[in-house]
Amino acid sequence: MLKIEDLQVRLGEKEILTHIDLEIGPGETHILFGPNGSGKTSLLMTIMGYSQYEVVSGKIFFKGKDITHAPIDERARMGIGMSYQRPPTINGLKTRQMVNLCAGGEIDGETLAKRVNFEEFLDRDVNAGFSGGEIKRSELLQLMAQKADLMLFDEPESGVDMENISLVGNTIAELLEKHPQPSRDRSKMQAKANRTKMGLIITHTGYILDYLPADKGQVLYNGKLSCVSNPRDILNCVGDSGYKECVRCISMNSFS
Amino acid sequence: MYIDEQFQLKAKEAMDKEGAIGPDVDLSAFDPAPLPHREMADEDLVNLPEEERTQLLMAGLDVTEKERGGTFLQMNHRAVHCHSSQEGIEVLSIQKALEEHDWIRDYYWKLADVGTDKYTAAAQLGLHDGYVIRSLPGRKSVYPIQACLYMHEDGMQQNVHNIIVAEEDSELHIISGCATSPHLKRGLHVGISEFFVKKNAKITFTMIHNWAEEVVVRPRSVARVEEGGLFVNNYVSMKPVRSIQMYPTTHLVGKDAVARFYSIVVGSPGSEYDLGGRIILKEKGNRAEIVARTISNGAKIIARGHLVGEVPDIKAHLECKGLLLNGGVIHAIPELEGHADGVEMSHEAAVGKIAQEEISYLMSRGLNEEEATSTIVRGFLSVDIPGLPPQLQAEIDRAIEESDKDVM
Repeated sequence: MLKIEDLQVRLGEKEILTHIDLEIGPGETHILFGPNGSGKTSLLMTIMGYSQYEVVSGKIFFKGKDITHAPIDERARMGIGMSYQRPPTINGLKTRQMVNLCAGGEIDGETLAKRVNFEEFLDRDVNAGFSGGEIKRSELLQLMAQKADLMLFDEPESGVDMENISLVGNTIAELLEKHPQPSRDRSKMQAKANRTKMGLIITHTGYILDYLPADKGQVLYNGKLSCVSNPRDILNCVGDSGYKECVRCISMNSFS
Repeated sequence: MYIDEQFQLKAKEAMDKEGAIGPDVDLSAFDPAPLPHREMADEDLVNLPEEERTQLLMAGLDVTEKERGGTFLQMNHRAVHCHSSQEGIEVLSIQKALEEHDWIRDYYWKLADVGTDKYTAAAQLGLHDGYVIRSLPGRKSVYPIQACLYMHEDGMQQNVHNIIVAEEDSELHIISGCATSPHLKRGLHVGISEFFVKKNAKITFTMIHNWAEEVVVRPRSVARVEEGGLFVNNYVSMKPVRSIQMYPTTHLVGKDAVARFYSIVVGSPGSEYDLGGRIILKEKGNRAEIVARTISNGAKIIARGHLVGEVPDIKAHLECKGLLLNGGVIHAIPELEGHADGVEMSHEAAVGKIAQEEISYLMSRGLNEEEATSTIVRGFLSVDIPGLPPQLQAEIDRAIEESDKDVM
């Protein structure tokens, strides 16, 4: 479980997140909405442990442990993984090697890559000259190898073409165990109940919701988590009247 | 011999002439007096003490000759082992070639100028030995030829002259190493190399330097590439050296001739490097690429590159990247010279540190900071070299792996 308590974060001189409370239970997926610059990526980077996002107050717990000041790699090893929107290029490091690094040892990158239609990129340098959609598939491939328990997705569908959008959506659903398969020793219901993977997904378009059910939607507005509601409702409301109005309306509804 | 007298005269005139660039070397501080060394048969090579074999191996010379198409080994001042196991590929010492073969006169000092400076002069006036490697027309070497110039005695000077010829439609792959005995601290290596890539021929030349901390190195290399020919020149230096200065030049003299230079250098504290590559594109369809990756751990590194486009319809690119990991200086000097409308020339130079963003990215995949840093450094040094045989790529990778421990 991820639990964030009254988190306040500064980037440089600027306070970018104020009083964030968030709880993602085992098996849950949350969708994070918000206009550009509202602090969504900053929240993900803070959870991942990027030190330029300075936690001024509040706490982050993961799997019961206080990780507020834990370094990035420790969080990664505890099971937090992230799919970046604009990851850096690592020159000279092949995607194939990166997949092995994520897995912590040699794995069958070919088979894994096939699932996101990415085999032909395995021998290219990580992110070198990748298009927006290719980056997304590369990030998913790395997350598949990493087998994280909490996955943070920063706009996983942006820049992805129509042909690959369902691939990306279904892969994320699979990573988050959204469609658990019944097996000999457990029913579908049991499998669902035993889900542990957690997700926090930033989306602008909501396309991702066509592929996976999400438990909660949250709107981050001006560095504040402004409401919690059904992600579909939020999406419709933002589409109809914009974030500013949406935050008013939904918060009135949900808190009244 | 009249022509030799000409060389002698020119050399004598140049014997005190300082190099155009790089720190001057006092030649009198080194001993050029020939040191005898017996011939070495295959079994002698295999029976060398382990530490010497390791030194050789680090410079790319495998005494077991596995996956090698021939071997040349010079100990101190004379060739002690040369043979080729591939038909149509000749490996011999230059002293023997000068004594026995007239054809060597078509190549000897034909590209390099004996009057360039005191180092070329020394290689004429006090030539010790060197190798001649030639592939006959249409012959393609399956396995690379390994050549090594080894310095054993402390304080010695080694003057060598190498000639490499790929006849028409032939292919030659060479790994040339320079190394010193573990006991040697001081020394001077002067090496002249002349490369002749004939019509539609191909030479890949991979040089791995493995010197000692007080060794001074002054190579002088010139290549000529004819129509449709390809010359790939790789340089790897990972170990300390006192000072090395070289600026190999390649002339593309035939249509569609191509030259590519790749250098990978890790400089230790106290080492001084002045390295460069110059490619002159003289004919339509010429292509040239110079890629340099340098890391300073406290060394002084000057990375030069000079591309000269003399005619239209040529393409050339220069890439010079430096990482300062632990002090020192990296000075990148890329030069482009276009002499005609329609040349296409570009360069990319960068000197800096490892981006924190890249380290964090790898850490978020579970690597600790040290692992992330070394992964990035290794990536920085790993350059894809098209056309290089896998054995040679493996040698370069191994040299980089080896250095990894020192870099960190």
